[in-house]
Amino acid sequence: MKARIKVTLKNGVLDPQGRAIVNALESLGFNGVKDVRSGKYIEVTLAETDPAKARADVERMCRELLSNPVMENFQFELEEA
Amino acid sequence: MRASVVVFPGSNCDRDIARTLAAVTGRPTAMVWHADTDLPESDLIVLPGGFSYGDYLRSGAMAAHSPVVRAVVERAKAGVAVLGVCNGFQVLTEAGLLPGALMRNALLKYVCRDVTLSVERNDTIFTKGYEERKPIMIPIAHKDGCYFADEDALDRVEGEGRVAFRYTGDNPNGSRRNIAGVYSENLRVLGLMPHPERLADPALGGTDGEMLFKSLFVAFNR
Repeated sequence: MKARIKVTLKNGVLDPQGRAIVNALESLGFNGVKDVRSGKYIEVTLAETDPAKARADVERMCRELLSNPVMENFQFELEEA
Repeated sequence: MRASVVVFPGSNCDRDIARTLAAVTGRPTAMVWHADTDLPESDLIVLPGGFSYGDYLRSGAMAAHSPVVRAVVERAKAGVAVLGVCNGFQVLTEAGLLPGALMRNALLKYVCRDVTLSVERNDTIFTKGYEERKPIMIPIAHKDGCYFADEDALDRVEGEGRVAFRYTGDNPNGSRRNIAGVYSENLRVLGLMPHPERLADPALGGTDGEMLFKSLFVAFNR
């Protein structure tokens, strides 16, 4: 199975890279950009074929390593590889 | 005082701090490779600055799960003193030994310069030799040093007297409440972004950093 994982900053956590992207977009002439939040996208391919077990594994991966709960949230989708 | 310095792939301040410790204690510093699980008997374990595992994913995230850091966490829980400098501080937060997290600097730039710090309390094993609140000068050199925790966590850390150092001049990296270093609950684990080992010899232009190691030396030789 394949997990498509998104790790994003929690609301209220300052995202200076997002701010820099806003400025760069404005300099390209995109004046309607109100805000940019940047994050990470991670794909994990698993040998596990049972969706429930895969889901539990990916949850733990996100909690223990792929995200830092102090400042980040995560969400993911599973699909047949 | 028996001191050990952990060496990760990508550490680059391990020898500086080992040299400083050896000069202060008069005995050699043990160097421990990241794959080792049996740490030597130590009064102090140091996680040095650098770019452990290339700073992949998040600074300190990979190192926090290395075999040696699991052993360090166990020692810390048993009361052994642990010092994390710069990347070592990042590792200690990622490993859950210290609260908060270290994010990209607010201005997105690597900052390398001397900063002034206030010593928030001088009654811990790390700071006994300093005068309380008297500014000291220590260099910083980092890109991911913006200390972050949510407001409740910050209130708790401050309420428990666990802020070790604050930036007193310009805040160089956007750290919440100007925090440059924090303690664990039992005050025996310290993480800080500035590098005390880099101003620990008159030949380097100052000795404000040396007092941290001297304080530890006194604490462990009583």
